[in-house]
Amino acid sequence: MKRIIALIAMIGSAAPLLAGDFTGTVTLKGSPPPEKPIDPLKSDPSCGKLVTGTPTTTHYVVGPKGELANAIVIVKGVPGAKSTGASAAPVIVDQKACIYHPHVFAVQTGQKITVKNSDPVLHNVHTTPTVAGNKESNNAQLANGADIHLSFDKAEQFLRFKCDVHPWMFAYACVVDHPYFALTGADGSFKISGLPAGKYTVEVSHRKAGTVSQEVEITDAGGKADFSLEAK
Amino acid sequence: MHHRSGFFFTRFQMLKSPYSHGLHWFAILVALCALGLIGMGGLVTSHGVGMAVPDWPTSYGYNMFALPISMWLTGGVFHEHTHRLWASALGVLVIALTRWIGGRQSRLPLAIIGGVEVVAGQALILLGGEWKGAGHFLSGIGGVVLLAALVWAPNERSSRPLPTLAWLAFWGVQLQGLLGGLRVVLDAHLFAGTRLGVWFGVFHGCLAQAFLVLVVVIAVMSSRWWVERATAAPGTARSKVLLFTTGLIFLQLIIGATMRHQHAGLAIPDFPKAYGAWWPDLSESAVTQYNANRVELSAHNPITAFQIGLQMVHRLVALTIAMLVGACLWRAKGALRRLCSAWFILIIIQAGLGMWTIWSNKAADVATLHVITGALSLVTGAVICLISGKLSPTRD
Repeated sequence: MKRIIALIAMIGSAAPLLAGDFTGTVTLKGSPPPEKPIDPLKSDPSCGKLVTGTPTTTHYVVGPKGELANAIVIVKGVPGAKSTGASAAPVIVDQKACIYHPHVFAVQTGQKITVKNSDPVLHNVHTTPTVAGNKESNNAQLANGADIHLSFDKAEQFLRFKCDVHPWMFAYACVVDHPYFALTGADGSFKISGLPAGKYTVEVSHRKAGTVSQEVEITDAGGKADFSLEAK
Repeated sequence: MHHRSGFFFTRFQMLKSPYSHGLHWFAILVALCALGLIGMGGLVTSHGVGMAVPDWPTSYGYNMFALPISMWLTGGVFHEHTHRLWASALGVLVIALTRWIGGRQSRLPLAIIGGVEVVAGQALILLGGEWKGAGHFLSGIGGVVLLAALVWAPNERSSRPLPTLAWLAFWGVQLQGLLGGLRVVLDAHLFAGTRLGVWFGVFHGCLAQAFLVLVVVIAVMSSRWWVERATAAPGTARSKVLLFTTGLIFLQLIIGATMRHQHAGLAIPDFPKAYGAWWPDLSESAVTQYNANRVELSAHNPITAFQIGLQMVHRLVALTIAMLVGACLWRAKGALRRLCSAWFILIIIQAGLGMWTIWSNKAADVATLHVITGALSLVTGAVICLISGKLSPTRD
């Protein structure tokens, strides 16, 4: 009987973690500057062979109705929130046809980032954090070489990865010190699960379009909020 | 008899001019090599590949001279590694030039310096960590200096001030090599909130320009024209405007090096206006907006108000230099006028390249040509300053 009561008590205490999902969409108002073809990639003797056309930059990835991809949505002030990065699955970043995939990604502090090189050329994975406590690293990665494993200890927005061998290659990591965040997809949508009910400040940031924040109420059934950033 | 021997002695003195054809052309070779190296370094910075080889003095763990060609020919490694090899060759040439100008009397100091460098290099290697690279560099260059000391040719020291200038070049090239290496090894460290790679990069770029001037001065002073015209032409004096203008060009190159080594791309994307105005808005909100609207191809750092202001200063100084060189040309006569004409043409080309750099969105080749022409403009000004005291307005 005591065990049953303890089990019920445990489920009861865990109930806030099982609140509904927080969902929404991030859109961009206005017209972003046109992206540019990455001509140096096409003209590079090694990398040029790996692409058919000329890839373009992906600073703004915007859908037909203004849906904005690669915006990081972070719920602030969640009670007791702490990183579960150490036990989370690694995030895979690959170098394919001399471009980082994905261009923007999100991880928790302490979460492993596995950098692969699927190209038949040498790359150079150079991380350039700006927050104290996140260590800069610069590792050569030979053609189809061994994976590089990285992680960061401090929260940092848009921590840059670059390849000095091919200077048009760069990617950005959003490092968050708790699990209550999401990166918008191509349709601008996001979903954050496991939030306890309550009122929170939600911050949405895009590397180019800037940051907006808004108060959001999450109930046991979850919550929904849409955000709008502006192309300046 | 006395008269006859005196006659022959005088004839001998006339025949044995201190001018050395070989030395002069060797100095020209060194100067051309230094100019080429500035161009190669310019390409490294223009392409943003200063860290394409993340270790030094090794390259990807290999001895610098044994890097596999397949790796050498990969992307930015080509520019960075070629820059290192070229710099090594220039270092050897400058050490040889020091030995040649310094004569047999330079063998002892070269042997002492070489020995000390080898020992100090080994000590740094023992210290380990980030000192290890500098230790290998010092040992390597010390070995070359020792080899120069072994050259037994009994040649005499060149006349003053060439030996002093050669020793300056000797130390300059070594310091420059060390700065280039530390720019890589200490890149991630911060000083006054700025990466050491930026500080070393700016200093490395500026010292390269000063070094080029030094070796060109050696080439001029070792020429037959200079050696046989020991005294100044009567009634001539170096113009203060010439000196000021040359100094201003050097300041302009420092500004340019500061702009380039912050790796922020073009701080202002349009010309002749700046963000559509004759003086851009430098407020925080405006700079945020400029950054949001940039579509950078490379992993550029965000631009700052300081960088925008610096480019505006660069434009204004360029205009001032063009007017001053025009004034020098206006006042010059004789051979000096011809030299100043060449200088003015270089400045006009340089201004055109500056505009083209902006209109081409800082295309690497154009930006590098801008660096090379800047170096040539500085050298031309320095040479004009140097020889103007020996040029008669009518005779030459």
